[in-house]
Amino acid sequence: MKRNNFYQGVQAGLPVAFGYLPIAVAFGVFAKNTGLSTTAAVLMSVAVFAGASQFVALSLLAIGNGHWQIIITTFILNLRHFLMSAAVAPRLKPGKMAPLVAFGITDETFSILSFHPAAENNPAFALGVNTIAYLGWVSGTLGGALMGQELPALLQTSMGIALYAMFIGLLVPKLKTSKTAVCLTILAMAFNALFSWGPPPLSTLAKGWKLIITTILVCTTGTLFFPEEVAKDE
Amino acid sequence: MNKQVLLMILGMALGTYLPRLLPLVFGLSNALPSWLRRFLSFVPYALLSALIFPELLFSTGSVASAVAGGLVALALAFYNVNLFLVVIGAIAGVLFTQLLGG
Repeated sequence: MKRNNFYQGVQAGLPVAFGYLPIAVAFGVFAKNTGLSTTAAVLMSVAVFAGASQFVALSLLAIGNGHWQIIITTFILNLRHFLMSAAVAPRLKPGKMAPLVAFGITDETFSILSFHPAAENNPAFALGVNTIAYLGWVSGTLGGALMGQELPALLQTSMGIALYAMFIGLLVPKLKTSKTAVCLTILAMAFNALFSWGPPPLSTLAKGWKLIITTILVCTTGTLFFPEEVAKDE
Repeated sequence: MNKQVLLMILGMALGTYLPRLLPLVFGLSNALPSWLRRFLSFVPYALLSALIFPELLFSTGSVASAVAGGLVALALAFYNVNLFLVVIGAIAGVLFTQLLGG
């Protein structure tokens, strides 16, 4: 593994780690309030490393749902990572490092790995991105669990935008160079809005399913109507 | 920590790791048919877009401040500003709007 590539990955992943911190702190605080011990809260972040499903687990625990239901919900919510891993696999070519790289695939690291030019054929870079993001997530959880109370409310709500801003920062520059990408983006937002504001059963689907179905519909439409991969359409 | 909670965390870990692992391990990096390559090349755009909208609107204390933060991010990203600054600019936009009472 090349050390320089790893450090370059750490650098590229810093905004992710930074964006994770306030969310992880909130998770730690929320976990304590739900009755988990500090050890359990940190262990969950260490072993699971998936923000959305960890929060969902807490809210299900809070209303007294069974543990099996929580495990199955986690699985459904994270099936989208199957699509992500499949999408970055040809780009990263992880080889023997696949089991390590796979552990760190999240919505956020995935977006860096998809769009950063250095990620091409570069598993060490991927490992750098994932490692710094993971450290941000775990240390934030520990901090929140130890603190046990909220950050100033105004600051915390303001930081809720951080990860979305990062998605925008990654996506928008790509849209300037590719009409295909613009079409895909509009289509995906329209489908997802339909899932959010449309009639039941669309709006009552679990969030994990909404993301998966939107992604599959959009990519299938794209495959039928756009003859080129996005990367070649620049 | 009781055993039930430990088992739940292990179950969650497995349910998260397997979907991440399988495509990376099983040969998906080898030659793929061109339609599948195209399909996969579209995934980041579809998924990122779906993650952004409409969830962004509800990510802060109010829709108005979220829109303000989102617009700041959009403007900065359009000019290829460093990712860090896009994030900080968006947070500042939200904070400012909330301080104004929005």
